[in-house]
Formats: sequence, structure tokens, C-alpha cells
Amino acid sequence: MKRADVISAAMQVVTDELVICNIGSPSQELHAIRDRPGNFYMLGTMGQASAIGLGLALSQDRPVIAIEGDGAVLTSLGTLATIGNNPAPNFTLLVIDNGSYGSTGNQPTYTRANTALAQVAAACGCENVVECEGKDIGVVLQRALSSGKMTVIVCTCAPGNAKSPVIRMDPVVIRERFMNEVRSENT
Amino acid sequence: MGLPVTVSQIIIKELEDAGIGFVSSVPCKQLAGVIKGVDASNSIRHVPATREDEGMGLCAGAYLGGKRAAILMQNTALGVTINALATLIQFYRMPLPMLVSYRGEVGEPVACQVEMALHTKALLSQLHVPTYHFHNPEDVRELGAIIDHCFMCSKPVAVLMDAHFWKGQGE
Repeated sequence: MKRADVISAAMQVVTDELVICNIGSPSQELHAIRDRPGNFYMLGTMGQASAIGLGLALSQDRPVIAIEGDGAVLTSLGTLATIGNNPAPNFTLLVIDNGSYGSTGNQPTYTRANTALAQVAAACGCENVVECEGKDIGVVLQRALSSGKMTVIVCTCAPGNAKSPVIRMDPVVIRERFMNEVRSENT
Repeated sequence: MGLPVTVSQIIIKELEDAGIGFVSSVPCKQLAGVIKGVDASNSIRHVPATREDEGMGLCAGAYLGGKRAAILMQNTALGVTINALATLIQFYRMPLPMLVSYRGEVGEPVACQVEMALHTKALLSQLHVPTYHFHNPEDVRELGAIIDHCFMCSKPVAVLMDAHFWKGQGE
């Protein structure tokens, strides 16, 4: 399984959850697989989906899933400490770990060698860290969403990008559509 | 906390009165009193960040969730926030009051702080971030209007607060 297969399987489980997605191929794949107002696509900053997801989860009641990549998490490892110390029960961080910087040509990341993100997350104080393979993401994500506890999932898969078009939507439209969705469900 | 007497206490009151419900911060000596104040506030959720760009991500998330968010940071970290400012806060047109401890101005004891002070206004100007400089303690009275202005125009807005403004009240 590659990242797009993992996203596809994860989105089978997603109902009314708000989804914040990492920049580049992950967002393009999510957009192609299942575009919806409850998706917020990062178009410009690497490693911010986790922070945005946590801030969102702490600020309203709906469940939030942040989809990150291993490369993105490595650019902002400190955020795992912020997550571990500010647990939001409605927050799930899904790290799709394909051991590579996919959007830039699949150069290897350190998770392919000596670095274990699940252990980093646990050491940062995240209490519920689950490791799984791509094929199990549906079950694992469903369990995390039903647990009522903040969960970090590190899901391994093979490198490679699905051919997906660049997102042409204006960022302000993405943001406004997303905020309308948040407002509509909270009222 | 009684009647606000220090600039830090006035800042907290202005943040609360402006409806700020979420604050992220990376500390500075000068901001110590404000950080203590946001921790004690009943209406503000304070989430310390490990880095200032992460703080902007947290604030962006809080804003998406319907909260008014603000960041407390030191000007020396402006460099690490440039990508987040340009491609997150500005690109998605989000309001973000930035309460910035302006180190490296007259009264600064640490020479190295002057280096980033030299670039602070130039970088903010290059980024087209509306910037206000608080030098006298009474300047704090403008904070409420500046925060309203920030949310009116949906832009990041920086308030630089120098050593003369704090006069030791930050600690």
C-alpha cells in the first residue's frame, strides 16, 4: 500500500470528522479521493498540520484528524511535545510514514533508518500511540475515533505518490468553506 | 488580580475585552507577566508552543475553530515565522495579533539581541504586516483598537513592545 491507499482507506471511516491535511501530495491525493468542506488542505507550510489540528481540536468539540507525513513531522518534532502536553480527546494525529519525502521525489527520511516516530511521540508524552500497517488503518482509525482519547497513529506504507492534480481552489475559499462547515455543525 | 496596574495586567484585560479566547506563546523575560496573566485568565486558553511558527499553526487552528487567537513572542524569532506568516496566515487570510517583545532596543543588556532588532521592522515591512511600536507605557491603551483593526482586515498585525515600554514591569 502507498499513501494514497492509506488515505483512501482512512476516508472510508471518516464521517463528520474535520480533516487537516499535510502539504503537497497528501493534500492533492485527499482532494482527488474525497473532497469535502470538512477538509482543510495545507498548500504552503510543511509540518503545520499537527499544530493546526491541535489548535482546532482544543477550540471546538468536533473530532479532528490531522494527516501528517513522516518528513513533515520531522520538520517540527517539537509539536509532538506540545500535543503530548495539551491532550485534546477529540484529536487524532495520523502520521502516514512512508519513510520518504514524497512530494519532492521520494528522497528517504530518517524514519527509514534510525528514527522511530511512535517512540518519539510516546517520549513526548502522547499517551495513546498506535503503530500499524497501511492495510489495518481502517480498523485502527475507527478504534481511535471511538476511544474518546487523543491518539497518535503511526501508519507505515510504501513510498510513492498517486497521480493527482494540483489543488486549484483559492486558499481563502478552502478556509471559508471549512469554517462554514465548522460553524454549521456546532450550531 | 484586582485593578490592572502594570502594563502586563492591562494587556491581559485588553486581550480579554477584545474576545481573545486562545493564546499561544514562546516566552521572553519581558512577556513573563503577560504569560502569567494568560495562564490565570478564565476566558483564555493558553497553549505554549515549542517554536513560534508552531504557535502560528496552533493559532490558525483555533481561528478555524471559531476562536479569536493571538501569539506572544520575541522579535528575535521573527525569522522562523516567515514561512508560516506568508503561506499560512496571509495566504489563507487569517487575522493574527502578534504581541512581540521588542528586544535589542535602548535599554537592552544583551548585545546579540540588537542584531535581530535591526531587521525586525524591515522584515515586517517587507511582509506587509501592519506594525505598531509601543514605547511609552500609556501606548498600551491602543491595544484594543489594534486588535479590532486586525480582525477587521483579517491580517497578521504586529505590536512591538520595547524595553522602555516595559520598564521592568514584564518580569
